[in-house]
Parts: sequence; structure tokens; C-alpha cells
Amino acid sequence: MYSTNGNNIPRIGFYICHCGHNIASIVDVVEVQKYAATLPGVTVSRDYKYMCSDPGQELIQQDIKEHNLNRIVVASCSPLLHEHTFRLAAEKAGLNPYYFHMVNVRENVSWVHDNKEQATEKAKDLARAAIKRVFFHKPLEKKTVQIKPDVLIVGGGIAGIHSALTIANAGKHVYLVEREPTIGGHMAMFDKTFPTLDCAACILTPKMSAVKSHPNITLWTYSEVEKIDGFVGNYKATIKRKPRYVNEELCVGCLDCIEACIYKEAKYPDEFNLGLSKRKPIYIPFPQATPQVVLFDPETCIDFKSHRCKKTCIEACERNAIDLKQTAKFEEIEVGTVIISTGFKTYDPKLSPQYGYGKLPNVYTSLEIERLVNASGPTAGEVVTRDGKKPESVGIIHCVGSRDEKSNKWCSRVCCMYSLKLAHLIKEHTGAEVYNFYIDMRTPGKGYEEFYDKFMNEGVHFIRGRVAEVTDWALVPEEENKLTIRVEDTLIGVVRRIPVDMVVLSVGLEPREDASEIRRMFNISCSSEGFFLERHPKLAPVNTFTDGIFIAGACQGPKDIPDTVAQAGAAAEALSLISAGKIELEPNTAQVIEKYCSGCKSCIPLCPYTAISFKEDIKKAYINEALCKGCGTCVAACPSGSITQNMFEDEQIFSEIEGLLKFAGIELEEKEVEHA
Amino acid sequence: MPDKPKIGFYWCASCGGCEESVVDLAEDILMVTGAVDIVFWPVAMDFKKSDVEKMDDGSILATMVNGAIRTSEQEEMARLIRRKSKIVIAYGSCAHLGGIPSLANEFEKAEILKYIYSDAPSVINKEETYPLTEFKHNGRYVTLPVFRNIVRTLDQVIDVDYYLPGCPPTPKLLKQAVLTLLSGELPPKGAVLAPDYALCEECPRKKTKPDNVSFTQFVKPHMMLIDKEKCLLAQGVICMGPATRAGCEALCINGNMPCSGCFGPTSRVKDQGAKILSSICSNIEAKSEDEIDTLLNGIPDPVGTFYRYGLAASLLRKKIQEGK
Ligand SMILES: Cc1cc2nc3c(=O)[nH]c(=O)nc-3n(C[C@H](O)[C@H](O)[C@H](O)COP(=O)(O)OP(=O)(O)OC[C@H]3O[C@@H](n4cnc5c(N)ncnc54)[C@H](O)[C@@H]3O)c2cc1C
Ligand code: SF4
Repeated sequence: MYSTNGNNIPRIGFYICHCGHNIASIVDVVEVQKYAATLPGVTVSRDYKYMCSDPGQELIQQDIKEHNLNRIVVASCSPLLHEHTFRLAAEKAGLNPYYFHMVNVRENVSWVHDNKEQATEKAKDLARAAIKRVFFHKPLEKKTVQIKPDVLIVGGGIAGIHSALTIANAGKHVYLVEREPTIGGHMAMFDKTFPTLDCAACILTPKMSAVKSHPNITLWTYSEVEKIDGFVGNYKATIKRKPRYVNEELCVGCLDCIEACIYKEAKYPDEFNLGLSKRKPIYIPFPQATPQVVLFDPETCIDFKSHRCKKTCIEACERNAIDLKQTAKFEEIEVGTVIISTGFKTYDPKLSPQYGYGKLPNVYTSLEIERLVNASGPTAGEVVTRDGKKPESVGIIHCVGSRDEKSNKWCSRVCCMYSLKLAHLIKEHTGAEVYNFYIDMRTPGKGYEEFYDKFMNEGVHFIRGRVAEVTDWALVPEEENKLTIRVEDTLIGVVRRIPVDMVVLSVGLEPREDASEIRRMFNISCSSEGFFLERHPKLAPVNTFTDGIFIAGACQGPKDIPDTVAQAGAAAEALSLISAGKIELEPNTAQVIEKYCSGCKSCIPLCPYTAISFKEDIKKAYINEALCKGCGTCVAACPSGSITQNMFEDEQIFSEIEGLLKFAGIELEEKEVEHA
Repeated sequence: MPDKPKIGFYWCASCGGCEESVVDLAEDILMVTGAVDIVFWPVAMDFKKSDVEKMDDGSILATMVNGAIRTSEQEEMARLIRRKSKIVIAYGSCAHLGGIPSLANEFEKAEILKYIYSDAPSVINKEETYPLTEFKHNGRYVTLPVFRNIVRTLDQVIDVDYYLPGCPPTPKLLKQAVLTLLSGELPPKGAVLAPDYALCEECPRKKTKPDNVSFTQFVKPHMMLIDKEKCLLAQGVICMGPATRAGCEALCINGNMPCSGCFGPTSRVKDQGAKILSSICSNIEAKSEDEIDTLLNGIPDPVGTFYRYGLAASLLRKKIQEGK
């Protein structure tokens, strides 16, 4: 009746755990133990206080040896918690660990029921189902795959930079791929950083140059990942290097070409300065850009349009670095692990029209102010309005595109702190009266509350209330030629109108526009708001559901620089994989029975891990076991039953169900009399 | 002559198409009759139950029984045949899986009788006369077989050795089966005498199936002009091919009609309807509940579509009304 792997007649050891009082207070464990002893195949049946303790595990091991057990069933807590423990215990006693099966009588029984009698019956049902199931268990072997030592890091903000240096310093090779012409990310735009107010460039620039000169780092800026396939330890990526029309090896960043450009005046909006200044068709994003290499904007360069420019830039370049015929280059690399650190974008305040951004010229975003207060920014650090005046009063509006049902529900975590920083810097640069409009001040973190305290004492005004409107419609003479902020001050319960010269919108942090493309390309998940999803918020915060792919920094969710750098511990995860050199894969994978597959392709699009491909030569589906996570989707969907899955074979599942139903009083075999 | 192996044919709840398919052997039937003695074939020759009862137990080499089992008489005959035959072959979809007659398992026995004897538009039965199993007339008893509660497959009533699938099985498969029997090299008991992969494998349109069908609508075959070259699923026509055993050489597809599943599932599948359902549902484009509802409107009769030949053999088996 039972196919039990040759002459291997099941000799089952059944163990039920008291889990202190956790299980035993609701389930009569002794009764379940006695009941299990009566079931076919059960050789030993015991109950024990703590099965997961060392003596508990030894009990199993001893029984395996003494009673020659060849199947083990433990009824205790969730397999998530201790399946591994018991499998290991069985393995140490010489039994293939996959002859073990676990029944959850804690989360599924004692914790969710209060009727002792019924809970005990349910525990018996589950025990019986498992005991029926293990008859059909088979020995399985774990597969190991080698981990290639090189690492790909996507995104060269502070997260990517820090990860790259950590790994390179540990002696492993890193490919750092950055989309923009320079690394640095958002941090490169700041003048000072909270909470210490130290100069951003002073901390960042040395790190950027270290990346550039590190022998273990290949830096590809102005580049993007075009394609990636493979699996943990063995990824193949194609990197597209967009043409700069300048030979990166030859250019030393002397900037003579920019000087020599036929345009005497810079004419085009400068991206790095968010359009607050102008650049020429040949440019470098900012003085400390890394690498120190100029690039062309073919959209604005005359020669790209008409081929009729005098090309004074080429003449000026002593090193002959300019190459207007350059085309995109594709690099193929093989890496074992990937860190994604693509950061965030800021909320577009045009979507909240009540604040007037884009319509009222003196309404700015916080990022624009970061550039204005920056000594190397468009105004060399002078804070002036678009009409060139020094503001006498400035309003900073918090939570623009955060904590708002109409835009984004989440708190962007850094805005309160950077608003305080900007309030201080604006006051320092202009002596203006600064008003901060906040809903709640959120300053958790080491030294953060102190930072807030300091500026309260410095004379920055704090008004609690969500701003209703920013308008240039003056109601009283004091409001003429000003921007009026209308807000309900909830602390004193009145609606106020506060005229200012400049408004700063503290825009929230959002996922990048292309986050869902990146998600698809790397086969990771996003949480509902679109940031990349970690495997577990506490236990695996930088892992994803795809092995070997990690996330770091603000691409996982809003965070400040200290937290971003701490998260670049993704590097440590990658390193630990690399130094292990190999990884074991769970054998619960699916496989196509080639001779039976009819090539109907039903399974191909279903695999969430893209493990299934179609072999055109033989017209059959094929599952890459290294990619398969054993979710079972394809197994259920294969219309001809030609995909099977280890540990979830039909006879295992059906015998388990039968065990459950029989006990619940449902007879599967119907008697003929019923039909008469 | 006495040396020739004996073969029988019998029918239960079936349409007669299976019997036709034997005749469809055409000149090959001569080969068959040359090699065997047909000792029992009520549709073609006059045999009585008593003739069979007189035979020695196990004296027939093989009997092919077509049709599902609905009545007590069919049960009795099936058991008698089992006793007299070394090998019993369930012949055709109805014996194999329940076939079209088993779609009646969607209804209660009482419902069926009421419709047939009272409610059907062509019936006038003012006296409410219903068939009885026993009736005394002029001192003599007239009996009728009992109409059972559900339709069953042959192997739900007697032990079956082999199955010839199809509605009806093709002459080619029948010929192969007879040759196999005569060769003495018997396949393992319980085998279905057809390939064990799905129809797509031998479908002439296989190469036109896209990697991702992603259904946006379902159309019934009579509602559109079907492209003769292209995979039917790719055209939104439900084709049971991926969930149906091969062996018919894609007869329906070659007639530009979708496979309706008569060969039943492969040996690895317990429930053909559930399997094709889980495959099709996994591949639909619709995401919202409304979209899904609209899409499903294209399949007005799901049981008749997915369980057309196999309701009795499926995990569903029969409809149980609430409160029963
Ligand atoms: C106005 C403002 C002020 C702030 N001030 C402070 C402060 O004072 N102190 C503080 O601690 N924090 C501050 N923050 C928060 C800080 O900016 C973030 O914590 C930090 O920048 C996160 O770094 P990151 O590397 O994760 O992301 P980013 O800085 O966004 O870097 C991501 C990098 O990845 C690149 N990239 C993106 N997509 C791709 C792709 N597909 N392929 C290749 N490359 C890609 C980007 O070009 C970028 O270089 C501030 C934020 C804002 C908005
Ligand atoms: S079981 Fe899941 S992960 Fe494995 S191949 Fe099938 S669909 Fe993909």
C-alpha cells in the first residue's frame, strides 16, 4: 500500500513539545502522544517539555539510533522557527534531514484556540496527517552553488559609495555603476549636513576620490545596467556606457574645452543646480565631480545639430580627448552578488498646487535651497530670491508630499531635520526671520532633539499647522509684493496670514521613477509605496527575496545619511556570501519531467522568479533549479501534471489531506449503498 | 477454431458511438475477426444474458465495456462480465471517466426524473406517472432496473484492467490494443492505452502558441472565424489540449475545432478540469474582480467545458445540494 522507498519500512518517531505552557496548557500533549503511538508506522511516541532544547534534540538522536527510526515527526512551533533545528538534529544522527516533518501545534492550535478538548482533537488531526505524509518522504540532497567574488553595485550615492569602499577594502572587486556623469548622489548637492552641520563636501569628496582611485573598484559613471540574468553567485550583467563624446582615459578635467566653447556665455539650464544656473553644451556637473571628466550634451551642441561648429573645444584639448563619434559601449561582467543603492527622488510640488510652486517664482524646493546655500552653488552661497533680493522673511513648509492622504501617506523622516538645518543656514546667510510650519516635529535620533532645541533658542519661529495656501494676493498693505502663507496655527487656534519674501517647500522622499523597472530587472519586490522591499524589516533588512541581491540606502525607504551608511552593511552581507564561497540551496525545487512535458508553455510566464524557460530545440519547458524558490505555482498550473516538486509530491499532499479528512469524519471512499 | 482467443463487447450508459468505432475499423475488422472469436456483442449479434452466464468463468480473454454505469442492470452485467473475462477494458470516455452521461451528476436523481417525466416541453403527463422498479399486472410482476443516484465510471463498480480513452477511441488505438492483447505482452494493470503526454505534443499548431497567452477574453468557437493555423488558446478559444492525453492525433484541431478533452487527463493528474482551470486562471490578463467577471462571461458552462467527459471520475463527482 505504501511505497516507502524500497525495503525501507517506515519506523516513525513522533514527538510533541509542551513548549513550557505555550502548547501544554491548551493541548493535552500526553493524549496526543498516546494517540500517535497507536497509528500505523509509529515506533516511538513521546512528549517533552522543550523539544528544541539540547536534551530534546538528543532524545530524537538517541531514538534514531536505538530504535532504528527512519522518519521523524515533531509537533511543536512554526517550521519557520525550528524546522532547521530538527532537520539538523536528524542529520547528525545519520538520517537524511528530509525524512523529518514538522507539525505546528502552537501558532496553529494552542495560540488560537481556547477549547482544550477541541484543540487536542485538532492537534491529533494534524499529527495524523503528518504521520501519513512521512510515509512518502524521500531523501533529498541540497545543491551547492559557487559564489563568484565580484560585486555589482548599482547607484553611486553615499550608500553605493560606502558599500563599494567597504567591499574593495576587504580585497574584493566592485563594479560601481552610476547613471549620472558623477557619483555622489543627493549628498553631493548639500552644503552642510544635519545633525552635526559638518560640511558635506568635506566628508564626501575624499570618499568619492577614494572610489575613483581604488584598485579594486571599476567605476562606470553615465552608465546603466541594461540586462542581468543568472542566479545567486552567478549573475551575468550587461552595462551600457552612454557616450560622453569624451575619452574618459584621456580627459584630466582641466576644463579648457569648456572655456574654449564657441558659446561665450553659458546658456542652458544646469541639471546639477536644478536649473538655478546655466551651463554650456560641454560641461562638468560640479567642480568636485568624480570622475573629473567633461561631457557633451548632444541636444544643445551646435556640431551635433548642424556639423557646422568651429569646434574650438577640440582645438583647445591638448590631450585629444574629445571624440564626437563616440557611441555607447556595452560591458559584460560576471558577478556573484549585487547591491542596489539607487536612492530616492523628491516629491514634485507642482502636484500640490496650493503651494504655488512653478507659478510663484519665489517658491522653492528644499533641494533648490540646498544649492543656494552651497558655497559652490549657483550663487556662491548667497541666498537671494529669483529677482535678486535678499529675503527678509522666509517660510519653510514641512511635509510637502508626505503624511498626506492626497499625495504620499508616509513620513519622509528627513524633512523635519533638514528643514531645521535650512532654517539655520538661511538665518545665518541672510539674517531673515524664518518660520517653520510643521504638523509634528519628528527628530528622533542621536543628537537630533538637541539640534531642534538649539534652533528654537536661536529664534527660528515654529508654527504648528498644515499650510492651507501660499498666495500673492495681498489683503492688507503688509502683504503687497510678498508671498502670504495662510495657516491655522493649531497651538493658539487661529487662522494666520504670514507674509514672507521666500517660501521653501520641504519635499518628501519618493521611490525613483524607474523603481519598478529596476524591480523587474533584478527580480526583487517593492512595498506598496514603491520602495524596494527587504526580506524582513528586522532580521534581514538589506536582503531581498532574491538571493544574492541586496538593497542599501534610501531606495529601501526614506532615511538620512547616518542610517544610509549603516545600511550599507549590505556590503557585509555580500562579503559574507563571498567568503563562504558557496551557498546551499534548499532542495524543495520543482522539475519538469522532460519526457512528459508537451511544450504547452502554460508555466513559462507564471514563475515569479523567472526560473522557467522554453527549450526551443526540444520544445519543452525547463526549470533552472538554482533560481527556483519552490513556490509551486508552476506545479499547480501544469495542465498535464508534468512538473513535480520535491517535498510536495501528489502522494505526499494527498496522503496528508486524507489523514486530516479521515479524522474529521469524512470518508473518502463512498459506499455503493449511498448510490442506490 | 477452438484455439482462437475470445473477445466480447458490451455497452452500458452510452450513445452507441463506441460500437460504431469498432465498425470503423473497416477492413481491419477482418483482421480482428480472423484472429479472435467474438463471443458476445449485443449491438451486432443476438446474445442473451443467459448465454454469458453459461460461459466458464474467465473463459473470455478480454471484454471491452463502453458506457457509464447508471442502473442496477448495468451493474449486474458489469459484474457478470468481470467474472467471465480475464481482462476487462473500459472502452471510451463514458466507461473510462463517466463521459457525457455523467454530466447528469450535476443534478439530483429526483430533478432528472421530474424533468424527463413531467417538465420537459414535449411531455404531457397529467397523471404524474413515474417509472416504478416493480409493477404487478394481471398477477405478473414486471420489473425495471433501479435508476441509481449518480452516474459512475466502470472502475467505480468493478475492477478494470485497461482503459481505451476517447469519445470514441480511434480505430488506430483499438487495433493497437487488440494487437497488444494478442501479443501477450501486456502493459501494467491500470494502464490507459494511449500516450501519457498532453495533446499539444502532437498538435500541428504547437509552434504558434505564444510564450505568454495572457487571456484577455474567451470566445466560443461558433462566435468567431477561427484562424486555421494558429493555436486556439492564442485565439481565446478554450482548448483542453494542454490537459488532455494525446493519441487522437489532434482530430478536432484538424477539423478547426478545439480539443474538448475526451481522452481524459494524463496518468499524473487526478482531476482534469481542476488542472486546466488552474492553468488557464493563472494565465488570464484580468486583475480586478470586474475584469475577471467579464472575462468569465466567455465561459457560460464551466462544468460542461472543463468536465465534459470526466465529471464522474473527477474529485467533484457530483453536485450535493445544500441540506442533503
Ligand atoms: C533636501 C534634502 C536635504 C537633506 N539633508 C540631509 C542632511 O543634512 N543630513 C542627512 O543625514 N541626510 C539628509 N538628507 C537625506 C539624504 O539625502 C539621504 O539620506 C541620502 O542621500 C541617501 O543616499 P543614497 O545613496 O541612498 O541615495 P541617493 O543620494 O539618491 O543616491 C542614489 C544614486 O544612485 C544613482 N541611480 C539611481 N538610479 C540609478 C540606476 N537605475 N542606475 C544607476 N544609478 C542610479 C543616482 O544617480 C544617485 O547617484 C537630505 C535629503 C533631502 C531631500
Ligand atoms: S516552483 Fe515557483 S519558483 Fe520554482 S519554477 Fe515553479 S513557479 Fe518558479
